[in-house]
Amino acid sequence: MERSRRRFLKTAGLAAAALGTAPVVKSLAAQTKVLPSPKAFKGQQWAMIVDMRQLTEEDIAAAVKACHTVHNVPQIPSVKEEIKWIWPAEYENAFPGQATRYANLPEKFHGKHFPLLCNHCENPPCCRVCPTKATFKRPEDGIVLMDFHRCIGCRFCMAACPFGARSFNFSDPRPYLPNGQAPNPEFPTRARGVVEKCNFCAERLAVGQVPACVEAVESGALVFGDLADPESQVRKLLRENFAIRRKAELGTGPNIYYIV
Amino acid sequence: MYDSDKIVPGLIVFAVLITFPFWFNLGKAAPAPQLELPKEEKACLEATPYMRAQHMQLLNDWRTSVVRDANRVYVAQDGKEFLMSLQNTCIQCHTSKVKFCDRCHNYANVAPYCWDCHIPPKEEG
Repeated sequence: MERSRRRFLKTAGLAAAALGTAPVVKSLAAQTKVLPSPKAFKGQQWAMIVDMRQLTEEDIAAAVKACHTVHNVPQIPSVKEEIKWIWPAEYENAFPGQATRYANLPEKFHGKHFPLLCNHCENPPCCRVCPTKATFKRPEDGIVLMDFHRCIGCRFCMAACPFGARSFNFSDPRPYLPNGQAPNPEFPTRARGVVEKCNFCAERLAVGQVPACVEAVESGALVFGDLADPESQVRKLLRENFAIRRKAELGTGPNIYYIV
Repeated sequence: MYDSDKIVPGLIVFAVLITFPFWFNLGKAAPAPQLELPKEEKACLEATPYMRAQHMQLLNDWRTSVVRDANRVYVAQDGKEFLMSLQNTCIQCHTSKVKFCDRCHNYANVAPYCWDCHIPPKEEG
């Protein structure tokens, strides 16, 4: 069969075009459907209010225990290697910028502890420095989350976080779980070489439960809610009370408020 | 040919050596792994050939969807809904890592690190 160069080029061009569209067609055809869980809480910017007028030392201990149990956080004795998602600290360590020695606040909170955790900042520096985007601010609900699969353990985020909210797994954390067993079999542990921190109980919010620490404090001194909703309890509390945030002057926009 | 008395035996030795893995292992292929399938459930969330070939991609997509987009429910091709969780959904049916995951992964000589973090099901006996 005689074939002109012109006809050959036409056929070759068409074939190449068809090959180019194949992946597009395939990806459109293979698109699967995913849905949010039906019971999930919806909010644009989750926040927490710590009412220091009510919170007791026992409450803090209960909150720490609940959080660390639910998330299989290991108890590592070495201070240099410890993992903490929520922890107590004294006023001058929690609010170093405001710690004038004999003023009203430090006197009032002398010997008392503040529960500290990830502030789920509006403008989180940890996310900006992460080279793999393993940590990110979720646009749906404002939680600063981690994808542990992607974390390469460079610890830039730990250097960037002004609140010390992040811990690094220097060794396999599993032997440091109570009795060497994960207390919550529904939640994963972490591996050596990843950074971890409070996830605002994203996995509990997805099934319509408040964060574990909020649930553990029975007096209601921890309040969780949506800052974007003017009718929410957190906004109501902030309207009616004086609250401070940790290192707000740094401009990261922390979302944990302390009523003092 | 110059030096054919050296080149020809050399070529023969070379050919024997380079094909060594093929004829040495002839007929000794390891048997395909026998997986212990769930007894109660007859079907996985998608068709078996798809699951066999694509489960790693599926789990990867689940991870992204759950963590990044806060979508935790997977709608299968037949409309059934599943919670996207290796640790809470998959192992409800696949109750043994040793008798299911490991058999294929060992056969294929792959070592995925899923269970470094995710808690494997308790093995019986």
